[in-house]
Amino acid sequence: MNTEDYEIVLKARAADRLTAMDYIDGMISDFTELHGDRLYGDDRAVIGGIGFIMDIPVTVIGIEKGKNTKERIEHNFGSAAPEGYRKALRLMKQAEKFKRPVLCLVDTAGAYCGIEAEEHGQGRAIADNLYEMSTLRVPILSIVIGEGGSGGALALAHADRIWMVEDAYFSVVSPENCANILWKDTGKASDAANALSLTANKLFQAGLIDKVLKGNDMKGIKSQVYKEFLGLLQRNPEDLIEDRYRRFRKVGY
Amino acid sequence: MEFKKFFLKANNELEGVNLLPRARRVTCKKCQKQVPVSRIRKNFFVCPECGNYFGVRSRRRVLMLCDRRSFKELYGELQSRNILDFPEYDDKLSAAMEKSREKEGVICGEGTIGGIRTCIFAMDANFMMGSMGAVVGEKITRLFEYACDNSLPVIGVTVSGGARMQEGMISLMQMSKVSAAVKRHSDKGNLYVVLLTNPTTGGVDASFAMLGDITLAEPGARVGFAGPRVIEKTLNQSLPKGFQRAERVMECGFIDQVVPRDKQKEVLERILRIHCV
Repeated sequence: MNTEDYEIVLKARAADRLTAMDYIDGMISDFTELHGDRLYGDDRAVIGGIGFIMDIPVTVIGIEKGKNTKERIEHNFGSAAPEGYRKALRLMKQAEKFKRPVLCLVDTAGAYCGIEAEEHGQGRAIADNLYEMSTLRVPILSIVIGEGGSGGALALAHADRIWMVEDAYFSVVSPENCANILWKDTGKASDAANALSLTANKLFQAGLIDKVLKGNDMKGIKSQVYKEFLGLLQRNPEDLIEDRYRRFRKVGY
Repeated sequence: MEFKKFFLKANNELEGVNLLPRARRVTCKKCQKQVPVSRIRKNFFVCPECGNYFGVRSRRRVLMLCDRRSFKELYGELQSRNILDFPEYDDKLSAAMEKSREKEGVICGEGTIGGIRTCIFAMDANFMMGSMGAVVGEKITRLFEYACDNSLPVIGVTVSGGARMQEGMISLMQMSKVSAAVKRHSDKGNLYVVLLTNPTTGGVDASFAMLGDITLAEPGARVGFAGPRVIEKTLNQSLPKGFQRAERVMECGFIDQVVPRDKQKEVLERILRIHCV
């Protein structure tokens, strides 16, 4: 029985893994955090702000899980509420105004499911991001750095380029939930992980993501992000939007 | 003779519809009363005894909303494949086709409502709980592109458990694909009206179900992102009464109107008329 894929899922969730804040520290200089969605609140599961990557001003948005118990509680274990997705969208719109590219760092088991999250429109918040990001006039690059949990991850990955760290996963459903729904047996999570085809390498081979990154090579990742932004910034916004449309238009067909 | 030919042709376009269910009576799950099928049909598939809303298959849904014989199906030939070679998926697809008498979980097409030309899609709960895979995403995307090119409104009737697990990331990314097509259609000034029916959840709720210019819902329809059992398990508490029901979701500000089934055609006609002057 091949358990490799499930091991990647477990690795992607490991407590000692680099979080979004580590990537921001490693890649962004003069990082200035910006809070709040201007509608209701400030969701700490999503951190956002502005800074430089080398000499390019960028907007950075990341889903943060936290490093220790205190931080994890503060960041709600990286499960964002609607306010988090709306903060992200506010910052993306701001990036559009100032013609800054957007870097998204995705690391979530999934959008938060709770009574408040539902009543504040979790579905609508995610839908709005997909909708608005599809015509954002600046480049968007999303990197899945750990967990890419379903719609809650996709809401920050409607991008020109989707990259994944080699031991990250991106899936429509968690393997445990999948096994539970299909076979009423969470123990079969490993089988589900295989079947779901959720690892960076498999998704790259299927043409669903654009690049697989070596983990723990912050310098390398930084220079690749920088180069990609340099290239994308050359495009005029109409072409960029058209290519982004095509990128998703061809999925599954 | 001419009339008969015409009638047959019209019926052929609606292939697979069983307009006359064999059973004469069914038992309402809610009130447990035996009700004649003819009465249920006359009552828009709402139990005449207790007001319970029965599920409506996609094709009948379209017939209920469109003007008589105006509906022409589009992309009806598209069929799902087991792209990931996912265990048991082939069997599930066959079972779903048999149960729903459809090739996929959504039907798309063009028709008129109150004489006004419109595109329409309706999802089908009998096809793997209305889950969205590549074909569902593709058909709805094509419909929005067609509507965009022809400056037509889109009416969408949703019912779905979310993205279809058996197609992995391909089904998740349909959320992006359809949402982008809705945006293009919208940016050209076209109208999109959603009618949420029970249940509309998961990846469909988090994409095109929540992107209408006007959002209507059926009474009592469950509308939400996460499934209620998942939330209960996560929070370890029971959920408040009416949670995720259309009426409550409207109070929360995400639905324009809850419209009873017998008024839906009328309301849609009115909305279309206001937008198509």
